[in-house]
This record gives sequence, structure tokens and C-alpha cells, in this order.
Amino acid sequence: MIFVVMAYLWAAILLYILLGGADFGAGIIELFTSEKNKAYTRNTMYQAIGPIWEANHMWLIIAIVVLFVGFPEIYTTVSTHLHIPLVIMLFGIIARGTAFTFRHYDAVKDNMQKVYNRIFVYSSFVTPFFLGVIAGSAVSGRIDPDANDFLNAYVYPWLNWFSVTVGFFTVAICGYLAAIFIIGETNDDNSRVRFIRKAKQMNLAAAVFGALVFWAAHAEGIPLDKWMFDNPIGIIAIIAAVVSLGMLWYLLLKKGKIIIIRVLAGFQVTMILLAITIRHYPNIVILKGGRYLSLLEHAGQEKTIHSLAMALLLGSILILPALFYLLYSFRRSDVAEH
Amino acid sequence: MNDFLAARSQMALSLGFHIVFSCIGMVMPFFMAVAHFLYIRTGNDIYKNITRAWSKGVAIFFATGAVSGTVLSFELGLLWPEFMKHAGPIFGMPFSLEGTAFFIEAIALGFFLYGWGRFNQWFHWITGVVVGISGLVSGILVVAANAWMNSPAGFDFVNGQYLNIDPIKAMFNDAWFSQALHMCIAAFAATGFAVAGIHALMILRRRNIAFHTTAFRIPALFACIAAVLQPLSGDISAKDVARRQPAKLAAMEAHFKTEAASPLVIGGIPDPVAKEVKYGVEIPGLLSFMVYSDFHTPVKGLDQIPENDQPPVAITHYAFQIMVGLGMIMLGIALCYFVALIRKKSWLRMPWLLRLFVIATPMGFIAVEAGWTVTEVGRQPWIINGVMRTADAVTPMPGIAYSFYIFTAVYISLSLIVTFLLYRQIRMVPEIYDIQTPSL
Repeated sequence: MIFVVMAYLWAAILLYILLGGADFGAGIIELFTSEKNKAYTRNTMYQAIGPIWEANHMWLIIAIVVLFVGFPEIYTTVSTHLHIPLVIMLFGIIARGTAFTFRHYDAVKDNMQKVYNRIFVYSSFVTPFFLGVIAGSAVSGRIDPDANDFLNAYVYPWLNWFSVTVGFFTVAICGYLAAIFIIGETNDDNSRVRFIRKAKQMNLAAAVFGALVFWAAHAEGIPLDKWMFDNPIGIIAIIAAVVSLGMLWYLLLKKGKIIIIRVLAGFQVTMILLAITIRHYPNIVILKGGRYLSLLEHAGQEKTIHSLAMALLLGSILILPALFYLLYSFRRSDVAEH
Repeated sequence: MNDFLAARSQMALSLGFHIVFSCIGMVMPFFMAVAHFLYIRTGNDIYKNITRAWSKGVAIFFATGAVSGTVLSFELGLLWPEFMKHAGPIFGMPFSLEGTAFFIEAIALGFFLYGWGRFNQWFHWITGVVVGISGLVSGILVVAANAWMNSPAGFDFVNGQYLNIDPIKAMFNDAWFSQALHMCIAAFAATGFAVAGIHALMILRRRNIAFHTTAFRIPALFACIAAVLQPLSGDISAKDVARRQPAKLAAMEAHFKTEAASPLVIGGIPDPVAKEVKYGVEIPGLLSFMVYSDFHTPVKGLDQIPENDQPPVAITHYAFQIMVGLGMIMLGIALCYFVALIRKKSWLRMPWLLRLFVIATPMGFIAVEAGWTVTEVGRQPWIINGVMRTADAVTPMPGIAYSFYIFTAVYISLSLIVTFLLYRQIRMVPEIYDIQTPSL
């Protein structure tokens, strides 16, 4: 049963990166769009994510509930030592969710729209940035449960070059996913070309920040290159990611089928997550001094894990068909008819 | 402000904020479903307009409730790590199920809000009902988790260890039913009176009378039924609290001395030092009767509870009195409304009846906040009743006061914006939802 729970945790994180990430990316794209194209971009994005944005963010809740029910020690260690970035991320979530809804549901469309837009785009940047910082910090080996002073216990675990570059990398990935997604949501060739350009830019940004992550890891003494390349699954995953990236660029240039482009982008991100997580399995948090928090050793008692797995299985029977039908009903071809 | 007090205040603020939005989010879909149903059956556009107007409000409240709920799932660990480390695996079951219910709610809401004219109308209607049902289920599950803190079950506490964990037993603890029942009815009463009150005000101001009169009837009926049922559920709750948490009941009633024919104290200022209530009205034997159904059996007072296990009496007592007082006023209004509906149809057109509803607009939510205060403050000094003290659960991180100040600022601004958006929705009714009957 513990493996069922782990699989769900991994899947929830992956789906949050893909769906929630593309959702954040919508705001990031809007932030980096020229003033004259902003309104068009905003409307296209809204058409695409309006009905599904709430659902996109449920994956985070699933992941956090799995952590606090099944792996309480991991949840509490992380929330104690990464308190500050978590709180900033939460403010980002509040600001983004409400601004997105308010700007659409405000009965009067006036200058307040500008306020909502601004809050939306900046929080779309800040939230995934801090999510990345938190993810980076979890594996940076800087969390020190024995630290007694404020800086070492609550600040340095996340305020280091590695965590910060992972933050920027996450932002770039979100923008990239959103750009790939939105290419398929537009009908006219002009905007298609523009979004393809955006996707390429975001992809380049991800590559640059990806390189910076390796540089920062090296500078901070984190053996990231070893983690990625000293095991066969990691190497295969990285090769798969690179190959799919090449195919994706080829298809973007040749105006290939959008569905294949989307699948390739999703596959690529999946492989990156796989490469990062597989090496440390079953460890999920790396503490100072080479200690680990492990999904196997720090799991709750058997009955807890059993009922959690049951709840997750039951949940997916109910959720997945409904979610697929939602995505299917509001796909672009169908939207265009109405 | 010390860190412990700041952590408690921040948690209270976050929950007090969230509870309003979750009540609205779980009750409004039912009001919409009724209006929507009437539209499909009668084809009368006014019902469609009402449904659409309400659904805009629901979208705003749902999004705010969803983000404030997300914040809470993190705050449990951010503020009370020691509690979550032990409690998470025990009382996590309702949270894992609530994740599903909430997810379904978000999916159904997507269908409902964006589904006008896209789907078979009955499918569309059902998605709205699913929003309501899954919201209600979420509410019940979260309250079941809170009930576990009042009535811990499903584990053995041996030498500071939590052994033999049984999450199902923990979920169906002794308090879950009475608390969930009381909370659900409260949500209907509070949301119903709030919505009915706003429409009543618009009728009194002679704006879009047909629209607002039709809109008024649905929440008013729900609210009044809930207001009549609530004292009964309150009675179940009080008897249950007396049995499980005598300290909380004693604090609620400011009942200092254990004695035969225990009196019920109404109002008054509790003096914890002198251990007496000043200026209160005492009705001898009534507390005994309410708890044990006979006038003589003594009810356990605070004198039988060790000093350091006692909750703050004054806050608990005041909050309880406010809740009960407002509940009685709402019951009175409900009875008037039923008399008007059944016997005196002419009352329905009387401004005084509408004025009563206008006055009652905030009452339900004030009562909800007061009731929440009773159950949380009344459990102190425990976070898990009789097992773990709140002070032992708090995060070791210093400087929580600053976090509390920022959260306060954020939640105040959010409340202001939501109020502002609601005001705009109402102001735009003539232009968007009710074009046929202009204001007089």
C-alpha cells in the first residue's frame, strides 16, 4: 500500500507541475508580452484555462494532504524550516487565485482591471518561483533540524544560489508549458507564430536557467551532476528529454500537429522530474550532514497508509472521469462552436 | 505579542475568514439549484437571471474560499508542527476524503459556471447540485477532523506515544455527528439570512422589485427552516459537550460551582477571580434540566476542574451568549415569516417584515464566528483534548507576530475587495440581470 501512496504523491506533483505549471505560465506569458498584444493573449489564455483553473490547483492540495497524513515528519520538518518561502508562496496563491477570479467576475469593467491584471501577472511569477525555491531547498542538504540560530534554521536552508536558480528554472518551465499549450488554443496564423516564438524563448530561458542550476549546485557543493548521470534511469530520462526537445523544435518549425507537440513537452518535463527523483528514491528531503527523510522510513503506521491509499483510489475513480470530461468538453474545437 | 499568542491569533483569523467563504460556497449552490430548477420548469427568465446573478457571487466566494482553504492546509504545519506530526496520521482520513470532495466540487463548478447553453439543461442543473453536495460533504469532513480534536479517538496514548492508530475510528469520533449537524444548519441559516437580507434591502429601496422579491423567497425559506432546526441541534450539541468536555460546558455557561439544581446563567459578567457571575440572570435548575433532563442532577462546574486545565471563561461565555442570543432572534424572525406564509399573507408585503430580515443580514455569520470561538477557545488549553496542550504544539520559529500582522492585512484587504465586488454586482443588477423591470 505504501507504494500506491508514493505513486499518487509522485503523480500529484507531476500533474501539478504540468497543469498547475501551465496555469502559472499563463500569467508569466502575459507578463512578458508586449503591451499591444496583452489583451489578445489574456483573452486566449482565459478561454483556455477559465473552466479548469480551479481543478489545476487541486493537485497541490492532494500532494500536501498525502504528505501530512502519510509522512507527517517530512511535512512538519519542511514546514518548520522552510516557513518563510512557504508563507510567501501562500500569499502568491491567495493573490493569484483571487485576482484571476475578480478580474473576470467584477461586474464593472473599469480601471480596477489594471489592478487585477498587475496582481495576477506578478503573483503568477512569484508563486512558482517560490515553489521552485522550496523544491530546490528540499534536496539542497541545507535544512538543519539541529540548528539553533534563526539564520541557519530558517533562512539559509532556502536562501542559497541553488534554491534560487531552481526557482527561476521553475518559472521558465511554467512559461514554456503555457506557451506550448496556448499554441493549440489560437485560430489565426499570426498569433500562432507569436506563441511559437514565445515557446522558443521560454524554452531557451529554461535551458539557460537549467545550466545555471548546475553551476549553482557546483558552487554550493551539491553533487547534482552525479545525481543525474551516475545511474542508468537518470541517464535514459535525460537522453529522452533531450531527444524529445529536439523533435519538439523540429515540429514547431514544421508546424506539426499540436497534440504531438504538447505530449512531447509533457514527456520532457516528466523525464526531468523522473531523473531528479529516481536517484534519491525513497528519500525525498536531504538534510544537512547527509541525513535523509525517507518515504519508507518516515511513513505513518500501516493502518494510516492503508486507509490513505484507499481514499486516494476511491478519489481517483470519482475524479479522473469527471476531470477528463471537463477537459474534453472545453477543448478548443468545442469552444469555437459556441 | 508573543509567538504563541500570535500563532493562535493567526490560526483563528485564517479559520474565521475561511469559515464565512466555505459556508457561502456550500450553501449558495443549493439556492442556485432551486432557482435554476424553477427556470427549467417554468421557463421564466427571472429565475435564470437570479441563478446567473448568484453564480457570479458564488464564483467570487468560491475562489476566495479555495485559496484560504489551501492556505490552511499549509498553516497547520507552519504553525502547529508538533501537533501535525502526531495528529496528521490519526485524523488525516477526513482530509484525504475532503481532497476528493473538493476536487469534484471544483470540476462541477467549472461545468456549471461555463456550461450555460453548452450542455443538456438537466445535466447542467445536476452539475450545480453536485457543487452543493460535494461542498456540504467537504464541510462535514473538515468538521469531523475538528471534532476529533475535541473528542480524540482511534489511537492509544501510552507514555507519550500514539499507538494502534485507526483512522476510521478517529473520523467517526463521538463529536463528529453533533458538530457536523450544527455546522451545516448554521451554514444554511447564516448564508440564507445574509442573502435574504440583501434582497430585502433592495426591495425596501424599491429597486428591481420583481427580481429581488423572487430572489428573496428562496434563501428566506432555507434560512427560516434552518433557524427553527438549529436550537434542536444546539441541544444535542450541548448535551454531548457536557458529557465529553465538562470544562467547555462550564466555561460556556460560566458555571463556577458544582451544585444540585444547577442554574442557567443568562448574560452577566464572569469574574474568574471571585469565581462568580455578576449581573447575570439565574434560572435555578434549568442547566441541570438542559443537560440531564431533570432539575436536580448537579452539573460539573469549574471548581472540579484543575486550574491549569480550565479554558478562558469570559471569552467562551460571551461568545456562547452571543451565539445563543442571535440564534433566538433568528428563530423569532423565522416564526414570524412562517406565520406570514401560512396564515397572514398580508404580512409578506409589510415593510416591517422585510426590515427584520435586513437587520438579520449579518446575524447568522456573527453567530457562526461566535460558535466557532466557543468550540475552539472552550477546548483550551488543549489542542487535542486531554492529550496535547496547544502551547506544546506551536512552531519553534520566532517572529510569528510579523506573519500574523501581514496575514491580518491580507485578509482585511481581501474582505474589503470582496465586499466591493459584491456591492458592484448588486448595483449592476438593473443593467445585467433585470432589464425588463427598471427601478422605480
